[in-house]
Amino acid sequence: MAAETEGLSASRGGAGFGGHRLGALRLFGGKAKRGETSAKRVQFTSRFLPYLFLAPQLAIIFIFFYWPSVQAIQSSFYLEDPFGFGSTFVGLSNYTDVLKSGEYRGIARFTAIFTALVTFFALSIGLLLAVKADGVIRGNAAYKTLLIWVYAIAPPVAGLIGMMFFDQHIGPIVEIARWFGWDIKVGLDFGDTAFAMTVVSVWKQIPYNFIFFLSGLQGIPVSVREAAAIDCRSGLRRFWTIILPLLAPTAFFLLIINITYALFDTFGVIDVMVKDKAANNPITLVYKVYMDGFRGNDLGGSSAQSVILMVIVFVLTIFQFRFIERRVHYN
Amino acid sequence: MHRTRILDHVILLIGVFIMVAPVVVAFMTSTHEAAEIHRNGLSLNWGGHFAETYETVLTRQGGFTGKITGFNMVMNSMILGLGFAVGKIVLSMLAAYAIVYFRFPLATFFFWVIFTTLLLPLEVRILPSYEVMNMLKLTNTYTGLIVPLLASATGTFYFRQFFKSVPDELLEAARIDGAGPFKFFVDVLVPLSRTMMAAIFIIMFVYGWNQYLWPTLMTTDEGFFTLVRGIKQILLVWVGSQIPDYNEALALAILAMLPPVMVVVIFQRWFIKGLTESDK
Repeated sequence: MAAETEGLSASRGGAGFGGHRLGALRLFGGKAKRGETSAKRVQFTSRFLPYLFLAPQLAIIFIFFYWPSVQAIQSSFYLEDPFGFGSTFVGLSNYTDVLKSGEYRGIARFTAIFTALVTFFALSIGLLLAVKADGVIRGNAAYKTLLIWVYAIAPPVAGLIGMMFFDQHIGPIVEIARWFGWDIKVGLDFGDTAFAMTVVSVWKQIPYNFIFFLSGLQGIPVSVREAAAIDCRSGLRRFWTIILPLLAPTAFFLLIINITYALFDTFGVIDVMVKDKAANNPITLVYKVYMDGFRGNDLGGSSAQSVILMVIVFVLTIFQFRFIERRVHYN
Repeated sequence: MHRTRILDHVILLIGVFIMVAPVVVAFMTSTHEAAEIHRNGLSLNWGGHFAETYETVLTRQGGFTGKITGFNMVMNSMILGLGFAVGKIVLSMLAAYAIVYFRFPLATFFFWVIFTTLLLPLEVRILPSYEVMNMLKLTNTYTGLIVPLLASATGTFYFRQFFKSVPDELLEAARIDGAGPFKFFVDVLVPLSRTMMAAIFIIMFVYGWNQYLWPTLMTTDEGFFTLVRGIKQILLVWVGSQIPDYNEALALAILAMLPPVMVVVIFQRWFIKGLTESDK
């Protein structure tokens, strides 16, 4: 049973763009059985060959993953001399400085709200379009292509196009808002910039959610759909009581992916929109790490923030497994 | 019944409009002249300056050093996209092969060492990664641009799932026929993985081409700028100018999205399959 649950929870997942999260879920979920690591009944035995095959991957992982990760943790406990004359151990004070700072808390609050909004709208619009695309027969393939291709656009490119639409002189969205008496000033007004960022970030993420919801819907067996249609005549009720619970594993997987997207991958959108002038503009926690580390040269503070982000990502992964997944309906 | 069908189409058409219109407008506007855009705003009709604008963007030498062209940036993006995709496939196929098909001491240890990388994205360790690259003198090199991005187990995870689904009988038969590990890999596993490799290649190419944060950190020399990395430079130039070169900025944006969009649209079926069915 455990094996079956695991298989089902994974069957809608992916390992592509954001798929590493899913991989992590499956592997770190605590459900990994004994012998999970080796899969084959028959295997080769060789003294050095497996190490030879693993060597390139391991070398890269050690140099570019473990080394910097350890460095981040280490330098978060040190205060770097601004003139480059060594560093002093300061214990947890980088952390307390960061967590006490009102600015950091404000950014953390904004990041939380931004992440919630992006996740909510990207998921619900993606789901709505997937349900509709699954329902229609005529034009199905055309809709699909037209709805997914934005996936291939890089976040900063999406940000650039967004900037045009929110431009003071030529932006149509600014013009429309003016009819309603709303004077949008992206780059100058905190709320307006946050609004533009959210719109662009949602727009960019809709196709990804659409792809997964659609493939989740198409994975529901015809027999189940037919039975549901007989039992439940109201389309809306059928959706809430039968289809949505069946989509829960997909939705759950996407929830985590979308949170990670809003936390990290929106960097390009934000960078293009605030253009290094973070003063009065909304930024996320990752952007703050970047600003402090590369613009402010605050190595210790930036590292402490990196470690805080690592902890957030870690907790997220564990949380979703231990608490949410139990409530997800599989059968 | 009939009415709901029409409503479905209306909702889908609105969705298509929201997803497609901004890019169409961006493309159409890019064919107008800057002054005209400044006067009339974005437009939906053909401006007639397509060839000039795109030729200028691709061939005019500009930037800080006055030597970099749009074409250079296209080449750099290609190198990053292709290098990343090929590197990912080679590294992860080999590692997954060792993990799935070999019995050796420390196998479990290495398994966890590799798959722990799935937990933390590059973004949370940008500064120390940058320091490491500095120490290794890899900033402003293609190696520095591509290799650190390979330090995650996404591809390995993918191929591990796939190899696990390959029937055991194949290996048994190969061994009876006297095939060693190399022969089995090259003659059986690689041909079997072709679709898988294609799907991963597409996803990874798009992922590599679209990288922004890492190239921004790694490349200060304009000769190494990718198109996506160059976007910010365009916007920075903009801020001060009287009439911004809207047309050229939009043309670069269109160029930056063209290859990944084409790959996704043309290989749509493989792409979706690779993305959603990694474990079948």
